[in-house]
Amino acid sequence: MTFFDQLVLFPVILPLLGAGLCLALGQSAVAQRTISIVVLLAVVATSVVLLYRADTYGPQVLNVGGWPAEIGISLVADRLSALLLITSTFVTLCVLLYSVGQGIVEFGRETPLSVFFPTFLVLSAGVSCAFLAGDLFNLFVGFEVLLAASFVLITLGGTHARVRSGTIYIIVALASSALFLLALASVYAATGTVNLAQLAQRMPQLPTETATVLQLLLLVTFGVKAAVFPLSAWLPDSYPTAPAPVTAVFAGLLTKVGIYAMIRTNSLVFPAHEIRSLLLWASILTMIIGIMGAIAQSDIKRILSFTLVSHIGYMLFGIALNSQLGFSGAIFYTIHHITVQTTLFLIAGLIEYRAGTTNLDRVGGLARRTPILAVLFFVPAMNLAGIPPFSGFIGKLALLEGGVAAGDWLALLGVAAGVVTSLLTLYAMAKVWSRAFWQPFGEYESDDISDDETQLVVGGSLHGASGVSTSTKKESNWDQLAEEQRLPMRMALPTLLLASATVALTVFAGPLIALTDRAAAEITDPNRYVHAVLCNPRNWDESEAILPRSKETVHFCEQFEGVAK
Amino acid sequence: MSTNLTLIIVAGVLVGSGVTLILERSLTRILVGFVLAGNGLNTMFLVAAGASGRAPILGQGDGPMSDPLPQAMVLTAIVITLGTTAFGLALAYRSWQLTGTDDVQDDLEDDLIRRRALHDDVSSTYEDQDATQLPDEEGFDEGGFDDGRVRDTPAEEDA
Repeated sequence: MTFFDQLVLFPVILPLLGAGLCLALGQSAVAQRTISIVVLLAVVATSVVLLYRADTYGPQVLNVGGWPAEIGISLVADRLSALLLITSTFVTLCVLLYSVGQGIVEFGRETPLSVFFPTFLVLSAGVSCAFLAGDLFNLFVGFEVLLAASFVLITLGGTHARVRSGTIYIIVALASSALFLLALASVYAATGTVNLAQLAQRMPQLPTETATVLQLLLLVTFGVKAAVFPLSAWLPDSYPTAPAPVTAVFAGLLTKVGIYAMIRTNSLVFPAHEIRSLLLWASILTMIIGIMGAIAQSDIKRILSFTLVSHIGYMLFGIALNSQLGFSGAIFYTIHHITVQTTLFLIAGLIEYRAGTTNLDRVGGLARRTPILAVLFFVPAMNLAGIPPFSGFIGKLALLEGGVAAGDWLALLGVAAGVVTSLLTLYAMAKVWSRAFWQPFGEYESDDISDDETQLVVGGSLHGASGVSTSTKKESNWDQLAEEQRLPMRMALPTLLLASATVALTVFAGPLIALTDRAAAEITDPNRYVHAVLCNPRNWDESEAILPRSKETVHFCEQFEGVAK
Repeated sequence: MSTNLTLIIVAGVLVGSGVTLILERSLTRILVGFVLAGNGLNTMFLVAAGASGRAPILGQGDGPMSDPLPQAMVLTAIVITLGTTAFGLALAYRSWQLTGTDDVQDDLEDDLIRRRALHDDVSSTYEDQDATQLPDEEGFDEGGFDDGRVRDTPAEEDA
């Protein structure tokens, strides 16, 4: 076991250790910040090494505690995992820097929330654990770790609005976890294992009906987490009330973990796909209904929440196609969407900071007051809508090519829905642009209802105490606010970093697409993954083994190695 | 493989009662529902484990041992349920502190539409179906509309 073999463990264990240290040093805000930033930097570096090794040498596998993969816990980093790991940790780091800035801007040197940084790190550990999990149960544990952390973050400060939306969020999360447990018990009863590699071997031997039921159970579970249409109603209601950095990191990562789980199970465990048309319909409805919701809203955070739901449809479309082109497009789109959606939510936080609210009826003239913010918003917004040459266009093009290549009428309908959704996204973004940035301030109609609405929705500050009264108070001080032309640099710079990352995705789209193509090729040929997990001699010392390898595994390994020679 | 019917019935009853409670409005009851359903699902793992046997410790005793993996999973699931339930109870308490009840509140959008219906110009469908055709506490009231606006709620008028 060399040092590099142990590396797979780092993205999970480092944030957890960091979280413990942060809790122990709860008195010192400086220490907490330093630890969090150093830990996440280390995890980003680790992920880069992991991606390089996974791309060059094949999937990186670690059997935790030395137990064989069949009964123990294995962590696997193949190209898909490593790619998403880099994206998620980089985005988490940027959001962390933003929240450090926001904390300093709002509270001076003292931060009243000693619980924020540890929870944030635990969330990051949960996301990494889900991406690296080599078995379904560890995936469940990863989900639970990130959910537990997200419960704390979404109710931060315990204000009325956050308790209200947090309650709904927690009930939905608990229900999907219960369903996941049911799915796990059923999978174990049917196959006698929860290890993904072994499931890949045993699932084809099950009767088709049984396998389809298991697949549907897992899909519904992941569908709730990823906010796929009939299961998406919780998301736009619960996300917007949380503090801006929390909403940003949730929007970027949590739904994508569900998408990742779908890609993994659909490619590895259930390659013979019985429910293609169901998934295609779900993706079409998610796209169209999600974007309709976005058009009907008049609050920036709520509009963004609905576009988030809508664009989950694109990734689902790629998964539903179940081809190498589809998977490659879905992976690229996931990476693009994590960065862009997070950037937009951070910008919504900046708008809230500048204007006191994100309600479009009460914001105006931002283009003249803060031109930097206007540019910051414009680039990712056009990227989200898929205007060439941005990465959103490239990702959508890849998915649509996959749809056309599939060629049947339902896939073509999906292609049409994708184009329409893209146009409507442009409309929603243009609405935000023209009303928040171009429309002169003061041309709004005041009515009691939207007052109430603002008061319920607003609540972006980190500890939330000023949440309810923010809108009215800041509005009366508008003149004074207008004099502060400068954005707080501590908050704007991390946003700028993330926005440049979205542009970098465009510039380096060529190599990235080549990489996602390789990742898709890898996951559409599950044998390599299975071999890396079950047969790797470095993970298997026959002399020290507690249990002998099963005949099935030995047979597979010999056969695979015979073919390879 | 023969399955244990008692375990399946226990699991069914627990999950069924759990789901009934989850459909309630009070957060405390919902949490009790999740605890029951969680225990039912844990029982499902025992079903999945297959036939029972001796304690799964290597090198002790003879005969087939019971499958240790589902037991390990159940243990993990119990710990997770404990943690989330504790958090949920704290949330219910906080909700009670703030509002005097731990009821799950309406979706923001639904709430807004309802208030819009009460305060603002009502849509034509609302006028046709709800206000003129259906009696309120005071029976049918003609002319309850003032220039297309719903007048203040009857409760306020009584006061």
